[in-house]
Amino acid sequence: MPSKTVNREERAPLVIVGMALAAVLFLNLPVFIIFVYAFTTDSQTFTFPLPGLTTQWFGIAAGRNDLWEALGLSIRVALLATVLAMLLGTLAAAAVSRSKFFGREAVSFLLVLPLALPGIVTGIALRQTMGVLDIPFSFFTIVVGHATFCMVIVYNNVLARFRRMSWSIMEASADLGANSWQTFRYVLLPSMSTALLAGGMLAFALSFDEVIVTTFTAGQDSTLPIWIFSQLTRPRDRPVTNVVALFVVLIMAIPILLSYRISQRDGETQLNR
Amino acid sequence: MSKSSTPAIQFKDVSRHFGDVRAVDHVDLQIADGEFFTMLGPSGSGKTTCLRMIAGFDQPTSGQIFLHGTDVSYLPPYEREVNTVFQDYALFPHMTVLDNVAYGLMVRNVPKDKRKAEAEKMLELVRLPGLGKRKPSQLSGGQRQRVALARALILKPRVLLLDEPLGALDLKLRQEMQLELKALQEQVGITFVYVTHDQEEALTMSDSLAVFNQGRIEQVGAPAEIYESPASEFVAGFVGVSNLIRGPLAKQITGSTATFSIRPEKIHILKAGEKPPSEAYSAGGLISDVIYLGMYTRYEVDLGGGNILTVAQQNLTTTKGKPLAAKGQQVQLFWEKDHAKQIGAK
Amino acid sequence: MKTTAALPRSPIQRFSNFLYAHPALGLALLLGPPLVWMIGIYLSSLFTMLVQSFFRLDDFTGQIVREFTLSTYAQLFTASNLDIVQRTAGMATAVTLATLLIAFPLAYYMARYASTRAKGFLYLAVTLPLWSSYLVKVYAWKLILAKEGILSWVIGQLHLTAGMDWLLGIPTIGGPSLSISPIGIFLVFVYVWLPYMILPIQAALERVPKSLLEASGDLGAKPAKTFRHVILPLAFPGMVAGSLFTFSLTLGDFIVPSVMGNSSFYIGQAVLSHQGTSGNIPLAAAMTSVPLLIMAIYLILARRLGALDAL
Repeated sequence: MPSKTVNREERAPLVIVGMALAAVLFLNLPVFIIFVYAFTTDSQTFTFPLPGLTTQWFGIAAGRNDLWEALGLSIRVALLATVLAMLLGTLAAAAVSRSKFFGREAVSFLLVLPLALPGIVTGIALRQTMGVLDIPFSFFTIVVGHATFCMVIVYNNVLARFRRMSWSIMEASADLGANSWQTFRYVLLPSMSTALLAGGMLAFALSFDEVIVTTFTAGQDSTLPIWIFSQLTRPRDRPVTNVVALFVVLIMAIPILLSYRISQRDGETQLNR
Repeated sequence: MSKSSTPAIQFKDVSRHFGDVRAVDHVDLQIADGEFFTMLGPSGSGKTTCLRMIAGFDQPTSGQIFLHGTDVSYLPPYEREVNTVFQDYALFPHMTVLDNVAYGLMVRNVPKDKRKAEAEKMLELVRLPGLGKRKPSQLSGGQRQRVALARALILKPRVLLLDEPLGALDLKLRQEMQLELKALQEQVGITFVYVTHDQEEALTMSDSLAVFNQGRIEQVGAPAEIYESPASEFVAGFVGVSNLIRGPLAKQITGSTATFSIRPEKIHILKAGEKPPSEAYSAGGLISDVIYLGMYTRYEVDLGGGNILTVAQQNLTTTKGKPLAAKGQQVQLFWEKDHAKQIGAK
Repeated sequence: MKTTAALPRSPIQRFSNFLYAHPALGLALLLGPPLVWMIGIYLSSLFTMLVQSFFRLDDFTGQIVREFTLSTYAQLFTASNLDIVQRTAGMATAVTLATLLIAFPLAYYMARYASTRAKGFLYLAVTLPLWSSYLVKVYAWKLILAKEGILSWVIGQLHLTAGMDWLLGIPTIGGPSLSISPIGIFLVFVYVWLPYMILPIQAALERVPKSLLEASGDLGAKPAKTFRHVILPLAFPGMVAGSLFTFSLTLGDFIVPSVMGNSSFYIGQAVLSHQGTSGNIPLAAAMTSVPLLIMAIYLILARRLGALDAL
């Protein structure tokens, strides 16, 4: 095999194609099992093939108040955490991209830390601090934990946009008579809005699904992931859990796909965690 | 607009330091009202920083800047009656061309109909009628340039700042725009302050220009003055091609050791047997190189002792590309005493 | 459009002017809130935790003794705790190596061979599982690996049940079924952390210019040599960045071992029980410092290798 001509013709070796394909299937097939099990008639085990099909569990799940409460709490937490993360992440991105200052690197590093360190570190640290300061568990303790690790998602997205933007448009705006507020309102905000939105969507998804930190900051309150986790370790309502899992997949697909669409339209892809 | 005797812009002992770097170092400058003024210099010479301080994007570390007699040194950009055309045009990518042009009026709360009409008028002024609905990304480089001009002029500033606005355009378009900008400036009758590193552009367009070097101004004057009487070696070298003659050679030719400069086209080459006029400076040398350049021919003449003079001769009488003198030929040069400018002397 | 300076200024305008005159204040206003949050809440919490790890629990009273001591850390070296640390670190290592092996071919294919369209599709095929609910993914594997589940059924159809029983019979990695065994934990960890490995490697490989590979080929290097001397070193920062995630995420996870595991604890579970049921807060803190320390060393090394730019 003359290696020089092979180099020009970029055909992947079959081994690599096979391994890549296997990895893609491995990544994507398992979630589909959820769609199957939501319709099983089996309420005690996970028997496959399914003994029969039914849609009765959807109605039963819909009638469960504990589920609705958990879902409501999860959404409220995710919304507030996202808003905080968008605000703080954008401020940090603006500061880092706008000026050079001592410790700029350290700021980036500090923001990545909650995602780079094991979740349990953040969880235990917050939990113990609450203990020392005698702060009771509440909606807000959950939100504080979530906003801390969601911030970096927004920060990354917005920073990437700022790096691509020409800062002279801010100067142009001021030059044409706009004060700082007007420049923010008419130039900066529209220029970064899609990146901010995409980052916000991802932050929402991240918060909506978080369980490790939440375990330590939620006390008796149950977010949807906490509810699912309790079902995983002590299964009581298997069929209902199957239905919940299906809905969680569908609910989370919305912000993720929206974020992807927004980023793609701007020629950016920032779905990395 | 009537011209005022107060200078449009005045720098009083202005310095701007970035850390240890003195980007602008004790600059004093006056720009007359209604003038086309150019700040010329290599990159890092402080010209752009000066422009940015006039616009208000930067503030002087020390000294004062006056706009029409008012101290604006620490006034934010949006409170100064100057507008800027940016090097990268800085058009707002999310707005249409018309909204870009009308932006200045919008932030001043001018009613929508009025600012739209005004913006369309400006687009006509820069010869881009009917393009208002497009996005900046749909325009060519030259068109963006004109939009940036229209956007800056709509507020009828008394001073327009232009930061290397033609840098991104190709040579032909650039030459067209040079003439057009000059014409526009005469039409609107306001002060233009133009920053460039291109000396030819500076000579072509300006009423007067300042040559910047290492944060200082080397010389201010009309193009002819700068070219004919460079005040420093730097100016002589940066604006056009120049021969610097100093030391023993200067002593031998002029009788003085002062350094002087002589432009290549001012030097005559004598044909064999001809004598230089008695009232001219003259020197003998060996032609070390001949470069035919169409409109003229350039000769490198070695005067000995490491001194090489560049001489340009218009190809007035040459035919078939045959140069006047050949490589290796011994020649006699002369130039009028007036054309030898002593560096630093007025 | 006469001079705006002469007009009375609105409060916004005045504030804007004030900021213009004090650029450092503007920076402080931008940086202040996120920094106050991160330092005031996050870093100070980490610090509080570290301080607690130097206290100890009085065995008789069950009270925390707030005096500096290393005795809590000494407890980490008891046989049972060492066992936990070893088991967790071993699992993290195994998971990291396995994800590396599975991720590399896909990342390599994406970066080098895939057309623009295929690349977009593959990117989605990696990021959608990444962003799908973590708990649902774990749950899906509980369904798949269950004794009566789909994998057992497939293996039964292939008449390989004996092979699986043998595998589950191996002492330290086996168990009553795949869904209750270290093998199960390993599989689920590999699955959930795989995208974290693929993306940084792909990003790193993406930055290798094609001309570089061609140059290596032109200079007579066999494909295997090009791979070893050109591609691998260039992909290395991406691999380090990816392993940072897989390692860190495995170290700190208590969900998967609780769902798929037996009674052998992993660090996360031990921390959870010390913090919660047994109330030994100093030991929970000391135990959390183990992954913290491992990751700190890892991060510093990765930073030195420039791997963090690949994130």
